[in-house]
Amino acid sequence: MSIALKVENITVSYGNFIALDNVSLEFQEHTTLGLVGESGSGKSTLARVIAGLILPDEGQILLGSQTLSRKRSREQHKMIQMVFQNPDSSLNPKHTIRQILAEGLLFHNIVRHSQVENRCRELLFRVHLDESSLDRYPHEFSGGQRQRIALARALSVEPSILIADEPTSALDVSVQLSMLELLNTLKAELNLTMLFISHDLGVINAISDTVAVMRHGKLVEINQKERFFSHPETAYSYELLSAVPKMPISNR
Amino acid sequence: MKLTQNDSPLRDNKRIKTFFRKIWNTPALLWGMIMLFLLIGIAILAPVISPYDPSKQDLFAILQPPSVKHWIGTDQLGRDLFARLIYAARTDLTIMVLAEVIPFCTGVLLGMLAGYYGKWVDTIITLFTDTFIAFPFYLIVIIVAFATGAGQQGIYITFILVGWIVFARVIKGLSASFRKQEWIAAAQTLGLPGYKIILRHLLPNVLPQAIIVLMTDMVGLLVAIVTLGYLGIGIAPPTPDWGTMISDGQSFITTAWWLSTIPGCAVVYTGIALSLIGDGLADIWRRK
Amino acid sequence: MTSINPILKIENLTLGTKTNHNLVSNVNLTVEPGESIGLVGESGSGKTLTLRSILGLLPPGIKQLSGNIKNNGNCAMIFQNPLGALDPLCPVVSQLAEVVYYRQKVTHKASRTIALELLESLGLPDSLKQTDRYPSQLSGGQCQRIVIAMALACKPSILLCDEPTTALDVTVQQQIIDIIKSLQRELGFAIVFVTHNLAIASSMCSRLCVMKEGKIIEQGETLELLQNPQNPYTQMLIHSVLPLPDIERSVDLCP
Repeated sequence: MSIALKVENITVSYGNFIALDNVSLEFQEHTTLGLVGESGSGKSTLARVIAGLILPDEGQILLGSQTLSRKRSREQHKMIQMVFQNPDSSLNPKHTIRQILAEGLLFHNIVRHSQVENRCRELLFRVHLDESSLDRYPHEFSGGQRQRIALARALSVEPSILIADEPTSALDVSVQLSMLELLNTLKAELNLTMLFISHDLGVINAISDTVAVMRHGKLVEINQKERFFSHPETAYSYELLSAVPKMPISNR
Repeated sequence: MKLTQNDSPLRDNKRIKTFFRKIWNTPALLWGMIMLFLLIGIAILAPVISPYDPSKQDLFAILQPPSVKHWIGTDQLGRDLFARLIYAARTDLTIMVLAEVIPFCTGVLLGMLAGYYGKWVDTIITLFTDTFIAFPFYLIVIIVAFATGAGQQGIYITFILVGWIVFARVIKGLSASFRKQEWIAAAQTLGLPGYKIILRHLLPNVLPQAIIVLMTDMVGLLVAIVTLGYLGIGIAPPTPDWGTMISDGQSFITTAWWLSTIPGCAVVYTGIALSLIGDGLADIWRRK
Repeated sequence: MTSINPILKIENLTLGTKTNHNLVSNVNLTVEPGESIGLVGESGSGKTLTLRSILGLLPPGIKQLSGNIKNNGNCAMIFQNPLGALDPLCPVVSQLAEVVYYRQKVTHKASRTIALELLESLGLPDSLKQTDRYPSQLSGGQCQRIVIAMALACKPSILLCDEPTTALDVTVQQQIIDIIKSLQRELGFAIVFVTHNLAIASSMCSRLCVMKEGKIIEQGETLELLQNPQNPYTQMLIHSVLPLPDIERSVDLCP
């Protein structure tokens, strides 16, 4: 399998504080990398660097074979999309859902103008939302629905890489599972490569193929999922895994 | 959050009904709008409803108290006060609105630029705002008035020079906080250029607050216009203006108190109307 | 368990707003001295409101419409956001000493000593004894320990916990839960623990109450409830807890 994305020696610092310290990662095509870490580990910063929102002080990112320049082209932006953590602030409150979904479609000329309405309906359908949502505003939807709309928006421009920055952390547990299933389904259908960030190891176990652990801006461990959970290689990973509260019974 | 039932044909109707119900449920906004529309209506209809020509002098009927013939009485030149009052409304309200247009637009734009881009853009714009705000507003107005001659253009020029500052400061803070929201990050991830994000995403979100500031600012501007008129460097006679009316009536305050007081009340009335609207809008947008 | 003298008894509690929308309906809850009860539910289930009504800390607009709450002891509460529960402009030891001063009715000097003792029992660094620090200079976990210390300063017979670990990292979470458990063993207070995390609730509490849309839909002994959930919603909650595979062996771990 080829490498979809390569992160090389990325360093980001804010004054004396080092958010990312020489981080290097490889993303295999069509797999999900689960990035786990506590607060301040730099996982969200890494996500934003990959998405092009933060410029690293050092290092570079390679998308396939091309190096992404500091000012990305429209095409390069299109390839990497992101779903954010907070459903309350990931959609512009003053835009209708139609405007939100159509924006990417029109900007990147994904479809002709006449086809935009149809495509919006298809996008909503794919995330299990009704087409009547198009005329509505974000505040009329629940947190889970808003995350699905955000997902539809990210997928509207047909990216090859999807970054999900704790997309289920702010959702109720009952909604969490359906969101994870949706992500898995879409990832398979659309042949995406996914970076899934979470502090919840249970979620990481459910969705990842590979697991990477970050701490204080450094990459601590990276391994295949099964191996990571059964044979963690570092003391920190072991500490994380042991700290997860466990149910007194087996619930499967 | 519940999904509302969506019937397309009824949907627009429902929106309009919700809009009116919101206004009905916000007493400040409701009363403010009633007061303002009343005022605007009277001002627009002035030529129609005015019983007399405001410049018509009748030297046989000077300083008349309110009566059936002259509803608010007459001034020292026998001009009907009611006519002058409502024509003055036209003058003052027109200036109040027109003088705000350019400062509002430039202020909001500069505020968004400073808040969105931050860094050196913010530094430069803040340099201007902090410099200009150091000068007392009335000082600048008087200087400009002396430079350009008394009259309306003095007010317009001054306001274009410094009126934008209050908007820029408020909108800058607002833009800077919106900047951190994830829907801006999403637009950036899509690859949208900065100017598109500012106009399409940021502007609709800062506009409500900008309008609220506008309402308060207009009150201040009205007081400025009236004060300048009072000082004699505002609008030139014989154009009626509440400020000059108050000033003219000063000497007769003990004998014909209505000459100064009634125009003064008109100013207060307008100020209250605008403030109520500003309050009401703030209430609605806070609730939402 | 037959109750001779429950420390807390909530009977038919209904909370709602003026527009007759009931946020909590007919909640019945009994807490024995020294017992730990978990109130589990998702957002909107009414668990936090129920907890707050015990102290009368209801948000404006929400009133107790019916039912009564019988409280036989002192209550103290710890909150979800540790930084939000502390005054940002007051150094932490002083804040703690203030609580001790008012609740234990001792002198200022004595209250400071008691405060420092409490901090030590909660595992806070000794450096705090020398230089007092502001909440913003401490980590989330440390702030939460301060909040727990403030709660303990009231010598409570019931500790009300409103999702105290949700805003914390998983390793810190574990430490806080351990602290609360050991303090409970030592001091013997009852706990009412509100959380949406079933795993935490089941590790802390001997009894669980599952809440949904303002009602308690199922309650019982923890193990019994988890092994034989009667209500489909409870079953759904149990199934939503994503399991972790077991760690097979601990290797020579690199640091």
